[in-house]
Amino acid sequence: MPPAPISASRKLLAIESSCDETAAAVIDERLCVLSSVVASQTALHVRFGGVVPEVASRAHVERILPVIDEALRQAVVRLEDLSAVAVVTQPGLVGSLLVGLTAAKTLALVLDVPLVAVNHIEAHLFACRMHAGRDLFPAIGLVVSGGHTSLYDCHDPLDFELLGTTIDDAAGEAFDKAAAMLGLGYPGGPSIEVAARGGNPAAYRFPRSFLRDARLEFSFSGLKTSLLYEVAGIPPAAYEPQSLPTSRVADLAASFQEAVVDVLVAKCRQALAARRRQVLCVGGGVAANTRFRQKLQELADNAKVEVVVPPLEWCTDNAAMSAVAWESFHRGRVADDALDVTAGLIRRR
Amino acid sequence: MSSNEPQSALPACWTFLSSSEDTTDRLGRVLADVLRPGDVLALVGNLGAGKTRLVQALAAAAGCAPGEVTSPTFILVQEYAGRWPIYHFDTYRLHGCDDFCELGAEEYLTAHGVCCIEWADRVAAALPADHLRVEIDIVGETAREYRFSATGPRGREIVQQLSGAAA
Repeated sequence: MPPAPISASRKLLAIESSCDETAAAVIDERLCVLSSVVASQTALHVRFGGVVPEVASRAHVERILPVIDEALRQAVVRLEDLSAVAVVTQPGLVGSLLVGLTAAKTLALVLDVPLVAVNHIEAHLFACRMHAGRDLFPAIGLVVSGGHTSLYDCHDPLDFELLGTTIDDAAGEAFDKAAAMLGLGYPGGPSIEVAARGGNPAAYRFPRSFLRDARLEFSFSGLKTSLLYEVAGIPPAAYEPQSLPTSRVADLAASFQEAVVDVLVAKCRQALAARRRQVLCVGGGVAANTRFRQKLQELADNAKVEVVVPPLEWCTDNAAMSAVAWESFHRGRVADDALDVTAGLIRRR
Repeated sequence: MSSNEPQSALPACWTFLSSSEDTTDRLGRVLADVLRPGDVLALVGNLGAGKTRLVQALAAAAGCAPGEVTSPTFILVQEYAGRWPIYHFDTYRLHGCDDFCELGAEEYLTAHGVCCIEWADRVAAALPADHLRVEIDIVGETAREYRFSATGPRGREIVQQLSGAAA
């Protein structure tokens, strides 16, 4: 039987609980996002007394049903209108992933619709395809966030080959820890970016690991330690981050940000050349950084490649990007009751 | 137990000065030879001290895949398969012991693996009574001082073997 034509009438519910965020979205088969609810960014926040517990599967348990309800309500879709249920099963924190999986399995069973497994990394890069509104693959993909800094050769939306990843800290984590050292707020990416605005990115020359190395790996741990040494000396003396002069913080933040961005862009350039790809997709929370976006645009202009970065709400964790589940659905890759979660990064495909 | 001496006769502390990353890798090998499943390393040290780096050295010596050990700050806990499983915790983002227990800490701590806990001071009350405390201090650009101290009989045994192995 030929597959049914793509239709706006078929909708899937996607559930995301791989780390901190609990999220749900309804996406139709044309990849129209009918709703996208992220627990920390909605009125649900208020329902929990303004405090969203950041960490713990218990928090996901508390939030998941209200988030699903809200996603259905905003999409004006009833449970019985769904054609499939998708859920992120990897990579992530096992206890958190299990909350989403349990909810998704239950719904799929009760509604008697297919259950589709989603890889969080593939979803992040599929956000680029959704933003572009057309097929972008094959492409080089970079997922850069608090927990990930990984480069992929993306043969198609569901066939990724890992080219390299961080050997220590993720870029977003480096921003968080630099912000802590400089007395700036959490999350560190946005607070470093704001502090860096008045600063000189060339004021301090911080290390750029593997910059002239052909291997497509990242390391931000040495950069973090260099910042500490610059701020507190060697060996580091006790200091009060809040008492650092504003102009010094601005220069340190700008120089630190420049070092992170330089490495990220350089490795993308290398990967594009090594794999002769014309398209670069970037996903993850760090892709929200303005300086990074500027440098990516320069890369696009100089290397004559297309660089796609989704809007902010699709960079940070969300369930709309799990629309990649439609790709699996169309290929008949649906899961059964035995579907389980996987903690780690997929290294070989 | 081979010793009939009272446990308090064993040294409770051992300090190791590492001048370079290579020396840290050597420390990892010494540790891997001494540790056994069920042991708990409580890592204490400021940002940039080298907590993750020590776990990398230990994991490499215990036969884990190279490149597998990264900072678990975001994901909170990672597992590595080597000579024994290594459960690598990072409590930097946790709010306290409740969050730590929520992660399934008790199951990990009683599982048949070696637990390495970064920022262990933040979950001190949830640590098993008998563990090995590892305080790391930056003493030079590439130099780190590791202070191992025991909080119970198994910890003392490890400290004794470490000081013997490195002598």
